[in-house]
Amino acid sequence: MINESAVFWSRVLTELTLSFHIIYATIGVGIPLMIMIAQWVGYKNNDEHYILLARRWARGFVITVAVGVVTGTAIGLQLSLLWPNFMQLAGQVIALPLFMETFAFFFEAIFLGIYLYTWDRFDSQKKHMLLLIPVAIGASMSAVFITIVNAFMNAPQGFEILNGELVNIQPLVAMFNPAMPTKVAHVLVSAYMTSAFILASIAAFRLLKGSNHIYHKKALFLLMKLGLIFSIATAIIGDFSGKYLAEYQPEKLAAAEWHFETEEGASLVLLGFLNAEEEITYSIRIPYALSILAFGNPMAEVVGLEEFPEDEIPPLYIHYLFNIMVFIGMFMILVSIIYLAGIWRAWSFIKAKWFRWGIVAGGPLSIIAIEAGWWLAEVGRQPWILRGIMRTEEGATTSGQVDLMFILFCLLYLVLGIGSIVVLRRMFRSNTIEQEIADRESVKAGEGQ
Amino acid sequence: MSLEILGITVLWTFLFGYIIVASIDFGAGFFNAYSLLTNRSHILTNIIQRYLSPVWEVTNVFLVFFFVGIVGFFPQTAYYYGTLLLVPVSISIILLAVRGSYYAFESYGSRGHKGYAFAYGLSGLLFPASLSVVLTISEGGFIDVVNGHPELDYWKLYTSPLSWSIVLLSVAAVLYISAVFLTWYAWKAKDLEASNLMRKYALIWSIPLIITAAGIIVELRDHNKIHYENIVKLWPVFSLSALLFLVTLYFIWKKRSYGISVVLLILQFAFAFFAYGFSHYPYLLYPHLTIHEGFTNQEMAIALVIVFVLGLCLLIPSLYLLFRLFLFNKEYVTGERKDHA
Repeated sequence: MINESAVFWSRVLTELTLSFHIIYATIGVGIPLMIMIAQWVGYKNNDEHYILLARRWARGFVITVAVGVVTGTAIGLQLSLLWPNFMQLAGQVIALPLFMETFAFFFEAIFLGIYLYTWDRFDSQKKHMLLLIPVAIGASMSAVFITIVNAFMNAPQGFEILNGELVNIQPLVAMFNPAMPTKVAHVLVSAYMTSAFILASIAAFRLLKGSNHIYHKKALFLLMKLGLIFSIATAIIGDFSGKYLAEYQPEKLAAAEWHFETEEGASLVLLGFLNAEEEITYSIRIPYALSILAFGNPMAEVVGLEEFPEDEIPPLYIHYLFNIMVFIGMFMILVSIIYLAGIWRAWSFIKAKWFRWGIVAGGPLSIIAIEAGWWLAEVGRQPWILRGIMRTEEGATTSGQVDLMFILFCLLYLVLGIGSIVVLRRMFRSNTIEQEIADRESVKAGEGQ
Repeated sequence: MSLEILGITVLWTFLFGYIIVASIDFGAGFFNAYSLLTNRSHILTNIIQRYLSPVWEVTNVFLVFFFVGIVGFFPQTAYYYGTLLLVPVSISIILLAVRGSYYAFESYGSRGHKGYAFAYGLSGLLFPASLSVVLTISEGGFIDVVNGHPELDYWKLYTSPLSWSIVLLSVAAVLYISAVFLTWYAWKAKDLEASNLMRKYALIWSIPLIITAAGIIVELRDHNKIHYENIVKLWPVFSLSALLFLVTLYFIWKKRSYGISVVLLILQFAFAFFAYGFSHYPYLLYPHLTIHEGFTNQEMAIALVIVFVLGLCLLIPSLYLLFRLFLFNKEYVTGERKDHA
């Protein structure tokens, strides 16, 4: 018994919740690392500006953590509410990383609370700084564990099905599935990259808006360096992900690349549109590039969509998502290289308005790339919820009220989204860096007397 | 002890932990909003903020731990409760989201916003009420199996005196637990005015608490006979819980030994909560699902237990550190330290 409308609305609601959650979750994974680095640089060089950076980021971070926690709780419960059949099966095979994730989350929550409320408590800044290590580890580890669950959905293993019963279950084999290394690595570095570029875009924005403070310049320089490292890492691991797909999930790669016929020396389709007759128009073809992406060998054979039954092919629009993700990634690498080369060679245009606007655009663009990448990954494994084992409609709830719940959650995310933006803006508008430095100096002067 | 029993005991313990810390939190939010309404916020707000600030995020993790753990140890519950509870639990999620985010918005963004405080206070009271539906459903009698799928009979659920008594009990328990705790906390912070106000609330809310608790046992006699008989068998434990309740009230009435009162309060609820859980044995969802049918495979159970033990090795020292730095730190509690980010 499958309730078609419940399946549809369950998918829409899950997509809505996850799309909203990953904005805050990505920030939640990356920013603690940035705070830790800033605090460390500040402590090493005895530079008050970096300590202040860490402090101000941490303050804004609390707001995003709050929204991340509540939307994360929402998706955690929605998994069982919207996909009860899937969770019943997954609970038997893949509960281990889910369980580990709560410990990572616990760990992070405790130390974040301590970090936030002990700014002036310890005699040495070093002790306070050490509190950030568990926060950053906890944040990254929860991303690792939850991505393992997702990797399992793409490459289920570690169990056998005998007459409809699951037997011979091996939790560790399920965790260390072939999709796991590339997925986990790509999620982590892209989260670090996105967080660096979001913070960089704030610093560039403040510089554009007339604050010429050295604090923003230091922040921008540090973040662009970090952003470059992580965006290059993201690209390299992205390439590994392509090779993983070619080997284990060729239908996803073929759909993302509009690669219809199996051939050797396959070319890569960039941009383009698919018309009603499923012909590719306005595209750029790079000869041999797909074979290189897939196997690192220009003459390798890449499996095309023709090899798969019609009802096991993912939607072809994922090609556009793939393009968005890759182009934004390339753009960010380029912007950060030009910026750093500009600092090194003293090019004046990196201080020009148009270039700074380019950096400002980097934050939102990186988030768009994250969204596009997740949609690509998730839509690309349709029609399966567990590739090759359970189809999406078999996992969904049979309840008739999912559409109503969708409306409720739309309202909730609207309120949370607007609320978090309003609060964050107010927080930093009313207390600019110039103001905060002046306040701190007057407090110090008062103590000195 | 078999792994099933171990699993459910661990989960039940975490749920108990959640109920205690969350009640303090939910009640505090309500008292804070109420004091704003009656222009007494100057008495309570500081105490409440100081307690809540470092722990609000940790509270939530106890809940996440419970529902992730139950799907892990008892995957069948994901099927039954997941299918049944879409509407009530979605409402709970929304209330929880309003709470969690608004607390951060309030305390870091725009301090003293009345609308936030009310939303926070009210959602904290509605959340346990909405979640307590799960307890009602687990007693059985509200589910029809249609075409092989369980469906919830909302009309029956919302017209049942049992469900409303459980809702009332959850609200009264939240306010009572919170009031007793804050009486002690304010007293420790040397804030006698706040302490006296909270003492009054504790005494007031003890009355509906004991009435609803007794009422539910009576209602269960008609609703779920097996469960009622199990409860009666455990009468010494429930009586002990009632006795602890009376001793706590006596101390609070006499304005003495607030610290011991909090300990007795926790023991009182622990006895009642575990005896209730034990009397429910062996059903997770009467009469559809027992803990033996719903239990996960042996391999996963062992893996989860190992991870759980390792996790506790991380968790217990961390929680200890958190308590030492805030809850049991004299300077912090009395407000001599202003360590706000």
